[in-house]
Amino acid sequence: MNKDNTLIERRAAARKRTVRVITYVLLTVWALMVLFPFYWMVLSSIKSYSSYNSEYVPKFIAEYPTLENYVEAFTAVPLGGYFLNTLIFTLLTTGLMLVVTVLAAFAFARLDFRGKNLVFTLFLALMMIPSELVIITNFQTITNLGMRNTFRGLILPSVTSVFYIYLLKENFEQIPDELYKAAKVDGTSDLKYLTKVMIPICRPTIITVVILKVIECWNSYVWPRLITDDKAYFLVSNGIQELRENGIGRENIPAMMAAVVVISVPLIVIFIIFRKKIMAGVARGGTKG
Amino acid sequence: MEVRLDALTKIFPSRNRKSKDTVTAVNNFTLTIPDGKLVGLLGPSGCGKSTLLNLICGIEKATSGRILFGDEDVTDLPPEVRGVGMVFQNYALYPHMTVLQNILFPMQNFKGEKKLTKEQMLEKAHEAARLVQIDEYMERKPSELSGGQQQRVAIARALVKMPRILLLDEPLSNLDARLRLQTREELRRIQRETGITTVFVTHDQEEAMSISDMIVVMKDGILNQLGRPQEVYDEPVNLFVAKFLGTPPINVFRAKIKGESLIIGGEKVLRFPGVKDRGVMAGIRPEGFILRDDGALTLSLSAVEVMGRDTSIVSTHPECEAANIRSIISSENEVDEGAKEVRFDLKPNKTFIFDAQTGERIAAAPAPLREDA
Amino acid sequence: MKNDRKAWLYLLPAILFLGFFMVYPLVDVLIYSFEEGYNSASQTYAGIGLYNYSYVLHDPYFLQAVKNTFILVIITVPVSTGLALLISLGLNSIKKLKELYQTIFFLPYVTNTLAVGLVFMILFKKTAYTDGMVNLLINLFGGQSVDFIEGPYWAKMFVLCFYTVWVVLPFKVLILTSALASVKQDYYNAAKVDGASSFRIFTRITLPMISPMLFYLIITGFIGAFKAYSDAVALFGTNLNAAEMNTIVGYVYDMLYGDSGGYPSYASAAALILFAIVLSITVINLTISRRNVHY
Repeated sequence: MNKDNTLIERRAAARKRTVRVITYVLLTVWALMVLFPFYWMVLSSIKSYSSYNSEYVPKFIAEYPTLENYVEAFTAVPLGGYFLNTLIFTLLTTGLMLVVTVLAAFAFARLDFRGKNLVFTLFLALMMIPSELVIITNFQTITNLGMRNTFRGLILPSVTSVFYIYLLKENFEQIPDELYKAAKVDGTSDLKYLTKVMIPICRPTIITVVILKVIECWNSYVWPRLITDDKAYFLVSNGIQELRENGIGRENIPAMMAAVVVISVPLIVIFIIFRKKIMAGVARGGTKG
Repeated sequence: MEVRLDALTKIFPSRNRKSKDTVTAVNNFTLTIPDGKLVGLLGPSGCGKSTLLNLICGIEKATSGRILFGDEDVTDLPPEVRGVGMVFQNYALYPHMTVLQNILFPMQNFKGEKKLTKEQMLEKAHEAARLVQIDEYMERKPSELSGGQQQRVAIARALVKMPRILLLDEPLSNLDARLRLQTREELRRIQRETGITTVFVTHDQEEAMSISDMIVVMKDGILNQLGRPQEVYDEPVNLFVAKFLGTPPINVFRAKIKGESLIIGGEKVLRFPGVKDRGVMAGIRPEGFILRDDGALTLSLSAVEVMGRDTSIVSTHPECEAANIRSIISSENEVDEGAKEVRFDLKPNKTFIFDAQTGERIAAAPAPLREDA
Repeated sequence: MKNDRKAWLYLLPAILFLGFFMVYPLVDVLIYSFEEGYNSASQTYAGIGLYNYSYVLHDPYFLQAVKNTFILVIITVPVSTGLALLISLGLNSIKKLKELYQTIFFLPYVTNTLAVGLVFMILFKKTAYTDGMVNLLINLFGGQSVDFIEGPYWAKMFVLCFYTVWVVLPFKVLILTSALASVKQDYYNAAKVDGASSFRIFTRITLPMISPMLFYLIITGFIGAFKAYSDAVALFGTNLNAAEMNTIVGYVYDMLYGDSGGYPSYASAAALILFAIVLSITVINLTISRRNVHY
């Protein structure tokens, strides 16, 4: 019996070890798959134009690292301008979205009015509508209003987000009624209650919404592509696409990679700083796009 | 199946990752659980009793020491080959399976010669369900059952594979007071009928006392006392065990032995022949008081609560550890509620003395002060 | 009454934005799709009918796009969901380095799809100077170089699928990891005590317990994959029709704008067809999940 048991023990332990080793190997393989493109883009961006093109078999390290590609990326194309545009676009869109969303969520969560359920149901129904369906008319509308190649044209149709209203409303509703009644007894106005009580309490959700929207804005490509053809209003995504098709990307890959690095870095830095918040936020409410 | 624990120890790394401190949940535990008994593992929360159960079950691995089922050393065996049944504190019934599927689950894992046919499995499942009186709910999901019913399903699931040992982690803690009384009788009955060696964990001394053949009192991972419930109650080995068992709890006084007598607050209350002069803690069970107008111990009376059969007298004394002293006497005694003082003689077999520092029981046979008592 | 007015005031911005940029376009797109011979410049149309749908359904570019989209969906949804499950199971079974792996795996979520797509392109592309990293790897194992970006259809489709999986995986891994972590340890302990093998624990306990999240991911995965577009642009450039790599969404945009643009009616018809496809698939998914998600 005891001999049997030691055998069972040994087998169980050995199996456990094997499974763990395999797990780590597989996880590491995928981690490398994820990291490799990032490594490659940084690596290519610091190789000089001539050394990049002379390596039939690309080297895994840059022998003579250079920053000339970054200079090239910023001078040959208005990368700084794209950056600034994206920043303006992201900040304004997110800010507007936040105001609109918070106000609407507050009305749904806290105020009683006739037709509330009907309106909310209609809002929910809109969540099912894919943006591809409405973008056609929006394109026509913005064109007819002469707002192509303007920030207004870029921002206004990007503001709305039913999903975030829904997310925030759910969160607002979790705040106990007593708090509202107490504030009313103290003579607090609705708007003050919203800004002084509800928003601070629901800060985690609001941060989530902001993070999701910022990621969405920073990476948005389709709408800006439709609505801008003047490079002065390009966002980074369009800039990089333009670069690839008509700019230096056609022949100067290291410079293009430098641009790619520059574009990718801000979000990655933000991600590394707010890693936990971002991941928790996306897990709570996230669908991409 | 007899269970033997030999110097069993479990050390956990600290929860705080930065500190290198460790937590010894079970400390050098040696214990023999006789075959076919119902054993209550008793202790305050955090004393390591659940860890001990998990060690016996195999969910946790011992740091050192051995666990033996009969003659078989199972210390390093994974849980599935130990042949134990376990009822978890929150029952751990699979929410997506019906009662029947839950009960069938363990049998479907049988391999080799133990493998059963579908009919055999169904028969056994129904047998187990009948034993715990849950057979009418076989097609329900756990969420459609009451707490008590879920509990029974969990027991049926643990029993159906004919375990050598049945382990229950706080089996009654999730039930309301009435159901708890009923279920603990049920537990006793099921254990009797199956005759499986059963260990259950509880922090409720009344629960443990009422149904166990044997109780094990532990504190900070250390075995304090082991024995039949009445035995442990009557002869606690230390102050902790004395305090832990009994409701209302034992009354503890700062006292001393002088001239072979127990002195509380200057009053000579009981004789302890053969005990040298020293400071002690004196523990007196609530039922250890005899009301007498010329009693040896004088207490300041606070309240008298008549509760039918018994009368509970609440009083205070400057040397008592607790704010109130509770003594329970027969309600045939008349107590003057308006009086300032109340006087008692003490029953020798209900009075214990403990070392003032270590809390260890001082072995001594007390004798009454007067011959007629 | 007073309260009513105040509430509507709070709602006003949202209603204005939604009405103008979602509700109105929704109605409008339906109208567009039935207006035959619409002229963007003069904003006039010749008649009402189903011609736009018929045109789109007979347009070889559209059929190519539908084929591409379906292939993409059929490959990437199961692959990415399965892979995400595998990775999440792995992540949940380890303690050391777990956070590091989680962080790395999430990285693609916060990167610009267009930008990183370019890196994939140069990794797979065959140029005059080099065959590209991937081809050199293939050569190393004795294979022939393939031009993944401008070469044969299946090579291009492979890259597109690969990149799509790379992009969608972080979200799925994140969701599944937290779903797995929320399954109480007691269930696993109970099953272990009951002698269930790891495989049985997985199929009988883990899978049913996370099935709601799994189905959520599959449904959103389908919807997302049907809307694929920018991944393809990143790899093959904006002229997707020429590359035979267009998607339905890409077709819609091409009809609207760009070299072949100026046909909002065709775009509308194509968009509505896509919507119908996505809606039916979602309904099918929901029906199946109702039958299989037990609580």
